[in-house]
Amino acid sequence: MSGEDILQVTKVCKSFGGVQALFNVSFNVQQGEVFGIIGPNGSGKTTLINCITGFIKMNSGKVLYKGKDISYKEPNQIANLGLTRTFQIMRPYYSLPAYKNLIVPLFSPRARRAGGWRGGGKLGDRGTVSIDILEEIGFERDSFVPYKLASSLPTGYLKRLELARCLALRPDLILCDEVFSGLSMSEIASMVPLIEKLQMDGITLVMIEHRLRELFRVASRVMVLNFGEKLTEGVPEVVMQDEKVKEAYLGSEKLLDYKFEA
Amino acid sequence: MDKVERRKERLDRGIKVRTEGIYAVSSLQEVSYLVLPRLVLIVGLLLVPLLMPSLYWNRVISIVAIYALLALGFDFLAHFVGLVSLGGAFFIGVGGYTAALLNKSLGLSPVFTIPMATVGGALISTLLLLPALPLRGVYFAIVTLMYPLALMRIIEALNIFGGTDGILGVAGFPSRWIEQYLIILIVIFAMFGLRRLVNEDIGLVFRGVKDNDQSVRASGLSITLYKAIAVFIASAIGCLGGAYLSHIYMWAGISQFALDFSVIPIAATVIGGGGTLVGPVLGCFILVPISEFLRAFGTLRIVFYSVILMAFIMFRSEGIMVYAQRKYHQFERWVKV
Repeated sequence: MSGEDILQVTKVCKSFGGVQALFNVSFNVQQGEVFGIIGPNGSGKTTLINCITGFIKMNSGKVLYKGKDISYKEPNQIANLGLTRTFQIMRPYYSLPAYKNLIVPLFSPRARRAGGWRGGGKLGDRGTVSIDILEEIGFERDSFVPYKLASSLPTGYLKRLELARCLALRPDLILCDEVFSGLSMSEIASMVPLIEKLQMDGITLVMIEHRLRELFRVASRVMVLNFGEKLTEGVPEVVMQDEKVKEAYLGSEKLLDYKFEA
Repeated sequence: MDKVERRKERLDRGIKVRTEGIYAVSSLQEVSYLVLPRLVLIVGLLLVPLLMPSLYWNRVISIVAIYALLALGFDFLAHFVGLVSLGGAFFIGVGGYTAALLNKSLGLSPVFTIPMATVGGALISTLLLLPALPLRGVYFAIVTLMYPLALMRIIEALNIFGGTDGILGVAGFPSRWIEQYLIILIVIFAMFGLRRLVNEDIGLVFRGVKDNDQSVRASGLSITLYKAIAVFIASAIGCLGGAYLSHIYMWAGISQFALDFSVIPIAATVIGGGGTLVGPVLGCFILVPISEFLRAFGTLRIVFYSVILMAFIMFRSEGIMVYAQRKYHQFERWVKV
């Protein structure tokens, strides 16, 4: 861990009408680490990612990426800086084959700078490059899977396709919005090494996750959100011992127990 | 009484699979499988003026070709970029007036006015449509529908560009054969050009915008930019048609903003099969001549026309081209469930 901050989020606030979705959320992500964001449903995790990547305009706050102010920028500008995201509800291009899905990000200014006009530099055209990326992310190269329409792919492959779209942009930081959700245990088991490999390649990852056990395997630090506010932040083992965190996660269960006794 | 449940099973023909990719050139049979339908279409379009040589039908064919250009633009925007445009009349009007003004005020010949009106008109149309680009679906359709209506009334109210009389005395074409064959060649080029474009990398971006625009933004591409490029392409095709129309009629007037130019391309796309690009062209070559044939019925023309359209939409809503492609590429058989 180099210890340098790649992402600095300061006092982000966002309200939808009367609902305060985020209130003064601040955190820093260090270069090369895997940073987890956890919290109960509706605690504002996805809204936070939407604010950072520009898909939602925040009310106030500041986001620095590599020391550069990216708050209130357009999503495509932010993506071109190497800060990419996945969507919780997968957003592939359903009418295109899987490998052609990647031609869109490979057409972006960032990928073109890296890959030249044809897309892959010396590696060939964009189709070749996208097959390479898909193989890296777990699509079998010699099978028909990369050539199938995205609409006919199962969830596991679509989640991988989301990650592949980020990789096509040659990112420095990926914000992953629940890449493990909706996957079977065996699929998750095959995804975890992938995340570790991305980290080895020097990509910083911010992961929103409900699958805590898998997250804690890869994450070095986690942040807990509840009702749009940051509860705590730190090493996973310490954070989960925190009383406030237990209350946020188990509060509803306490209530149930209480009713049961009554 | 036992009822046997059956369903239709569709299988790709072997030759269809074999002609995907480079192996298509391996034998004459495969090559002809690919080339024949395209050849039939091209030769068919080129033969149309010869089969109907009368002066009256010449004019109809030119108009049909202009409708075909609009239908191509509509199909491209609607099925490959996700913008349902009712702006056919807008493109025709802008292109028509630009060409007529260039011809009348600068005295340029059609050789120059048509390309200039194509590019210039497309620029004007795209700039005017820029505020509407964030809109999608039916909202974009309504806004594009308003543009021709508004421009028509502006020209009428301010009495500019000849007001209700229009611009008279625009140069015509030297011969009716040039007039017809040039536009038919343009239609063929536009059709195959667009078909190629939507499978190029930039075309995939357009289709991405249609499928999932948020994903395109997350991929680092500005959707407004790519929508603008797509609108530029479609409006260039439309303005070309408009400029051509001005030179055919030797006149540009507010009737070029008539809603026919917005509506008939859509009907043609429905009949021909949306998303095929060839279908809308065929649709125009079927719809408009039918409407001409029905003139024999006098006022009842519209009734028959509507009945034909409704029957098509109810019984063959997928469109001729989609149906034909399926029959060509696949066999069907009944299997027990």
